Amino acid sequence: MLDIDRVTARFGAKTALDDLSLRVEDGEVVSVLGASGSGKSTLLRVVAGLQRTDAGRVTLDGQDLGPVPPHRRGIGLVFQDHALFHHRDVAANVAFGLRMRGDAPDRIAGRVGDLLELVGLPGFERRSVATLSGGEQQRVALARALAPEPRILLLDEPLGSLDRPLRERLLADLDTLFTEIDLTALYVTHDHAEAFRLGDRIALIRAGRIAQTGTPDELWTHPADEDVALFLGQSVLDGRAYRPEAISVRGAVEGEPADGVVESAVRHGPMVRLVIRLDDGARLAAAVTAIDHPSAGDRVNLAIDPDGVVEVG
Amino acid sequence: MDAGRHSLTARAWTLVAYGVPLAFLSVFFVFPLATIVARGLGSSGGESALGLLTDPLTRDVLWFTTWLAAASTVLTIAVALPASYVLGRYAFRGRTLVLALVTVPFVLPTVVVALAFLAILPRGLDRGPIAILIAHAFFNVAVVVRIVGTFWAGLDRRTSEAAATLGAGPRQRLLHVTLPLLAPALSAAAAIVFLFSFTSFGVIVILGGQRYSTLEVEIYNQAVRSFDLHAAAILSLVQLGCVALTVMVAMRLERRLGVRGQLRSERDVIRRPETAREKALVAGSLGALALFLGLPLAAVVERSVTTGPGHSLDAFRALTRPTSTLLVTPWEAIGNSIVYAAIATSIALLVGGLAAFALASGQGNRAFDGMLMLPLGASAVMLGFGFVIAFDEGWRDFRSAPWIVPVVQALVAIPFVVRIVTPTLRAIDQRQREAAALLGADPRRVRREIDLPIAARALAVAAGFAFAISLGEFGATVFLARPDHPTLPVAIFRFLGRPGALNVAQAYALAVILMVVTTASILLVERFGRRRSGWF
Repeated sequence: MLDIDRVTARFGAKTALDDLSLRVEDGEVVSVLGASGSGKSTLLRVVAGLQRTDAGRVTLDGQDLGPVPPHRRGIGLVFQDHALFHHRDVAANVAFGLRMRGDAPDRIAGRVGDLLELVGLPGFERRSVATLSGGEQQRVALARALAPEPRILLLDEPLGSLDRPLRERLLADLDTLFTEIDLTALYVTHDHAEAFRLGDRIALIRAGRIAQTGTPDELWTHPADEDVALFLGQSVLDGRAYRPEAISVRGAVEGEPADGVVESAVRHGPMVRLVIRLDDGARLAAAVTAIDHPSAGDRVNLAIDPDGVVEVG
Repeated sequence: MDAGRHSLTARAWTLVAYGVPLAFLSVFFVFPLATIVARGLGSSGGESALGLLTDPLTRDVLWFTTWLAAASTVLTIAVALPASYVLGRYAFRGRTLVLALVTVPFVLPTVVVALAFLAILPRGLDRGPIAILIAHAFFNVAVVVRIVGTFWAGLDRRTSEAAATLGAGPRQRLLHVTLPLLAPALSAAAAIVFLFSFTSFGVIVILGGQRYSTLEVEIYNQAVRSFDLHAAAILSLVQLGCVALTVMVAMRLERRLGVRGQLRSERDVIRRPETAREKALVAGSLGALALFLGLPLAAVVERSVTTGPGHSLDAFRALTRPTSTLLVTPWEAIGNSIVYAAIATSIALLVGGLAAFALASGQGNRAFDGMLMLPLGASAVMLGFGFVIAFDEGWRDFRSAPWIVPVVQALVAIPFVVRIVTPTLRAIDQRQREAAALLGADPRRVRREIDLPIAARALAVAAGFAFAISLGEFGATVFLARPDHPTLPVAIFRFLGRPGALNVAQAYALAVILMVVTTASILLVERFGRRRSGWF
């Protein structure tokens, strides 16, 4: 179990982590979701031992990591832009951690083969890192971090630099992989889809603090405050958060009064996201599945499922 | 406890990285120079320091030295840039050979090169500033081509391509993208060329004649001809001051201009020339350079077979016979040179390599950085002379110790090693080290697994330079080489001082052999460097 206990990290006058606490149970994948500059990368660097802290402590399975240098922590990190060793081939990159702990060459070769198989790059051993595509490089980086069987794997926006279809595919692969090998991991991202897809739990980070943690469902149904609700894409009116799918939309009958006007209607896969401007000028987001949905400019009436509304802050 | 041991080894490493170079330079650089200065200032008689400094003659010499060095630097860069570009951007057969051959002029004894230019330049041009400038460019082209060309080959093509998509034409790309990126390499090369031209000796003595004198020549004249140690010491201090100033400016430039980033591997950057224009560019640049460097060298070869009215190989045949000029056969001089140069290279790589690691890991150690550059500017004559008077008595009478020659040669080579290796180490992406650490590599292991392999190519280039410089080193070696253990340049010098066509031809024959040995050794190192960088 990783326990980050009231950690503060400052860069000069700027506080990157502000009395932050977070726990990751064994076998659990926690997504750290936050905007850029929220301190999420710093959090990973603190856990990895690459970043000095000003207060608080980090323990792993009860061991205080404070005095342990990075190379003795047994923590894996997948860097945002891979940080592969360009002076080595694929196999040597993956084998690096195994060599560091003194594994025998034949065991290393076997394990490297297994890992490349696991990340979907069988037979890539002798390839030069520079000749790989972005996705392949990320897979090598993942294999390299997993090879020495880290106690916990940290991933810093690993899919950030990849194009969307590739990201989707790698996301699916990561999801399978995390389930398969029973990994304990901390996954940092600014992308909601990635965070919700991979995290058993999600930790929302904001200005160096954890705003809320919970399972994806908990987060969605009970946002801790107005900012969290807005960040997740819900609407907030008069201290209450409205989930888009709890709002049903009907076209108003010509000549009769209506609740509001549709401002925009945008399809996201199976759902259509509507933004409705109410008579008092406030806006509500709604999500509908109907093919026959209202379009921009239509006057509509709303029905709101009370289960989809919670008090926030 | 774990952490305690960890920081202890880190501290021990820092101590070694700083301590070894500092100790080496203190004993073998600062001490001899201090001895000269102390002895010079201590001796009575002669002009007062102020009188000498305000003497219009001194001012003229200083001015001439400075503008000559500046003009030499500009000319050298202008001559070297086309070839640097071609080597930094294109792959072609014989690329390694070109890099090796371009280095040959750099290590030839100055006396030989000066004589070669005397032979090929038309009357009227053969003595004076123009001849000196051309000879300086001939010498130093290698410095620019190797430093800038190698660095260029590590610059991502895509940066320039990105500029092209933003509407930058070829000229704008050169001006706003390529040159700024090259700036660290260019300024490093320019600083070295400037210092070399500033302290050039053999070329000036022969091509400058009686009318033109630089600081270095004045120091020699005062110390050896007039035996005025006082004046020599003061001029040495002036020269050291100028050198220190240059080094400071160069360092500030390098720091300001340096861009941290991942250097690409050469293999991803260079490609074969495709269009007819590109091919013409490669052929033209290299052809022009070959002509510029080849003609004087050809003159040297021609002279080695000119033993009388006709041509013969008599001079080469005579090399196996003992001669009264050397006490030993000229062949033995070749062996001496190679052994001395190999030891000097090892010392320079060790001391300079450690210093480069210290510089790359420490933040802003300017005094240390500057101290490492100073041997570049201390004249070889001064160094050799300093060794003779500093290590002359009691337990520190090292004058005839067999290691003294390699040590003084290493001293001359160390600044090169530092200047070549440090930028590469500084350019290593910190995240690579972090990644290695997280995979279980302790700091020492990180240096061995990340820094060293990435620096290997730079170290190989540095080794080539160090070896070549040691082979050709003359000014200091001539003071220290034992009469029965001459090096090649010393042997050449002695032959040139003897009358008779055969003696002169033997000098040139040895110069030819020096050229061959240098070329072979540089080729070997390049090959080695290539294999190590097979990882790239």
